[in-house]
Amino acid sequence: MGARHVWPKEGISRIPYWIYSDPEIYAREQERIFCGPNWSYVALEAEIPHAGDFKRTFIGEKPVVVVRDTEGSINIVENRCAHRGVQFCQKHLGNAAEFMCPYHQWTYDLKGNLIGVPFRRGVKKQGGMPADFDPRNHGLRKLSVARRHGVIFASFASNLQSLEEYFGPSMLPLFDRVFDGRQLRVLGYSRQLIPANWKLMFENIKDPYHASLLHVFLVSFGLFRADQPSKVQMDATGRHGALISWRGDQRKTEDNADMKSLIDDFKLQDAKLLEPVREFAEYTVVMTTLWPNLIIQQQSNTLAMRQLVTRGPAAFELAWTYFGYAEDDEEMTRRRLRQANLMGPAGFVSIDDSEVMKFSQAGVGPYPGAAGVMEMGGRDWKDEQHMVTESVIRAFYAYYRQVMEI
Amino acid sequence: MTAAERYLTLNSRDLRLELEDLYAAYTACLDEERFEEWPAFFVEQCTYKIVPRENFERGLPLATWLCESKGYLLDRVTAIRKTAVYAPRYMRRMVSGLRVLGWRADVLEVRANYVALETLQDEFTRVFNTGQYRDKLVVEEGRLKFLEKLCIFDSLLVPNSLIYPL
Repeated sequence: MGARHVWPKEGISRIPYWIYSDPEIYAREQERIFCGPNWSYVALEAEIPHAGDFKRTFIGEKPVVVVRDTEGSINIVENRCAHRGVQFCQKHLGNAAEFMCPYHQWTYDLKGNLIGVPFRRGVKKQGGMPADFDPRNHGLRKLSVARRHGVIFASFASNLQSLEEYFGPSMLPLFDRVFDGRQLRVLGYSRQLIPANWKLMFENIKDPYHASLLHVFLVSFGLFRADQPSKVQMDATGRHGALISWRGDQRKTEDNADMKSLIDDFKLQDAKLLEPVREFAEYTVVMTTLWPNLIIQQQSNTLAMRQLVTRGPAAFELAWTYFGYAEDDEEMTRRRLRQANLMGPAGFVSIDDSEVMKFSQAGVGPYPGAAGVMEMGGRDWKDEQHMVTESVIRAFYAYYRQVMEI
Repeated sequence: MTAAERYLTLNSRDLRLELEDLYAAYTACLDEERFEEWPAFFVEQCTYKIVPRENFERGLPLATWLCESKGYLLDRVTAIRKTAVYAPRYMRRMVSGLRVLGWRADVLEVRANYVALETLQDEFTRVFNTGQYRDKLVVEEGRLKFLEKLCIFDSLLVPNSLIYPL
């Protein structure tokens, strides 16, 4: 790394702004984080329930295909023909008996094995592949696969720790809380391109400090507030984190006098939007960030996977997959769909985030030599029983610095 | 003759002119950011949805924006005016290819293409969203109002945030 890549001496209580815009840093992230020994989220099994069902997705910026074969196994392959590199799969979702690259019609089975090379033996004894060409050496590159309770993860690395070890004992119960083995039902997709560095999205969901201030909507309806019982929780490495809260009332008190955004008399014209039912044990909201590309959203009854797909240093795609459970009755499904209004590209709450992330990039991008201050709740990182902290972001960067060696 | 009967007996050309006026008034209301007037284009028990075309075509129920009554529309207006934080912008909506599918009992079905152009302060105008309106209208208080308005959009990858109605 160049001389300009020196982390401020204060350590993780500062964030140097070059990490959000430098192409060298971005390239190193692709290599060490997205292609590193990590489990990246790729799909829900409910998206590809039948043999031949596939989903086209990305890890970092690299295109991959997740496909279920005829034996029911899940295979994940690079979306790049082994011949000349064509991204052969172009549909978000579909069903196929095999994959054929349109360019020279090289054909692969659902496990990624090369099963057909046109004119391999030449035409009229002319041309063709060399006699020692062995299709077994020219299949699609396969990724490591891990599944748990209907959720599929992948990695470009091999010999990784198990998914359970990867999550660790503090995050696994939060994962299993939503994914308890019940059959899932996909409710739909939302996709947005946010003109900001991907790490700003993680910072946002690891930052309970902003939630009580930026989100007037969230605050006014008591959905997530600094004066509510709450906590932040991390794994032993700091790479994963969770913001957890219980729903409180929405009165103005001495404790929340700093929340200028609190509109005391805010009433919905149609209360149906926010009629949550108690569904999960203990907590109302659990927002889990799993290194390196996933946010699991459980805000009351609205459940979604938010997958981060990087698109260069200054943009990322946020791909939302909303889901419920196969056993949900019609009323519960309707409730999930209504509460989905809070989130997504048009979300009552998340509009604020996508807009502010753009403002962040507009501020940090042109000032790579400056640094952000992150001292709310201290200068180190640890679990806390409150929201007035940036501890989870500091934890993220403690781990990030190790991986990136910066 | 009641207003409803008058609409039902309009010839197809006059009905089309009525609809062209209605859609022009609708887009003008939004383009000019008179959001408080927007709910008046709908009946009380209305449905307004903005749905990605991929969800619509796969039969997946998720909408990017869901309103199930005029109250929901008013709540969206409150959010635009009071709670949401967003950069200043202009939006301009074009409607074309209006197709009048006809009356089914006292519900008039209409389809049209739309394009919404967005202009942010430091950027060139861009196509923000395009798709098809699939609308159902009824006569209320002597004029046509939306019973249901579906905006099914092709622009699956939303450029950042969808704040104003389509």
